[in-house]
Amino acid sequence: MRTMTRLILFLLLAFVFAGCVRKPLLYEWGSYEDQVYAMYSDTGKVPVEEQIENLERDYQAARSVNKPVPPGYHAHLGYLYYQVGKADQALQSFATEKTLFPESTRYMDLLISRMTRT
Amino acid sequence: MFIPYGRIGMLASLLLLTGCLASQQNIDYTAFRESKPRSILVLPPLNNSPDVRATYSVLSTVTQPLAEDGYYVFPVALVDQTFKENGLANAGEIHQVSLDRLREIFGVDAILYITVMQYGSVYQLLSSEIRVTANAKLVDSRTGQLLWSGAATASDSEGGNNSGGGLVGALVYALAKQVAGSVGDQGHTVAHVTSQRLLQIRPNGLLYGPLSPFYEKTEP
Repeated sequence: MRTMTRLILFLLLAFVFAGCVRKPLLYEWGSYEDQVYAMYSDTGKVPVEEQIENLERDYQAARSVNKPVPPGYHAHLGYLYYQVGKADQALQSFATEKTLFPESTRYMDLLISRMTRT
Repeated sequence: MFIPYGRIGMLASLLLLTGCLASQQNIDYTAFRESKPRSILVLPPLNNSPDVRATYSVLSTVTQPLAEDGYYVFPVALVDQTFKENGLANAGEIHQVSLDRLREIFGVDAILYITVMQYGSVYQLLSSEIRVTANAKLVDSRTGQLLWSGAATASDSEGGNNSGGGLVGALVYALAKQVAGSVGDQGHTVAHVTSQRLLQIRPNGLLYGPLSPFYEKTEP
């Protein structure tokens, strides 16, 4: 019986520690991946304007806790702006993605040049 | 006749041990460490399941684990759109695009090719479960070298769903679960777990990327 109690105590402790050791996330994710999913899901179809609102809200939330938004966030938002005809905001979002993540430079430059060519 | 039970036992346990070791194969990370990828392009996954939703459901669950590992992850939906605008309508065609072309468009270091093997309801004799199984391989965009490969699965009935009630009870339960599950896309919830398991830092998993504070510090 005593060994049983010990075992339970040990397991409880193990759970608690596992919780503690969990690393903090690098980015404030908000609903970014849900917005991506919403784009394709028939059942969870969300209008583009609403997807934009959700992402803008996430951005404010991330700023308020001083955490960066994830890679691709600004580029995705730019893509949504583009879909509703807000070209200036789209271009600005692509530029922001590039500033925050220089790894995206080539791709963002390509998108920007395609948008400004016409 | 003398039978050396002791030796047989020893041999048997040795065999068991080697069995365990063999199944826990260690991945060779030499190419991965040399390649030092900073950015990963995830292509829309190939779908080997009967559920057409699998490709985009899984695609929208991979960014978080990869980015938290420390990689720049290209915006998956915008990337998909770029392919579509270039006349590539489905994952099968996209997976055929040459590495040179991908590097030219995206300036990317490594490409992640995912295949969804199972997505959604898997029927068993007395129960049905929602299962998502996927495998992935990471390829260097310059050399074409395989940097890593892995697989993962997840199910909504992990931890068991023995609710009792005997044979009839179990059948009714399985049916009820099926109908309830067909309303939304239950596979999506499970897909999150599968992607996490597949792509997070773990033994035999991906290595930390340059955007992580643990990059080149901790071995998985």
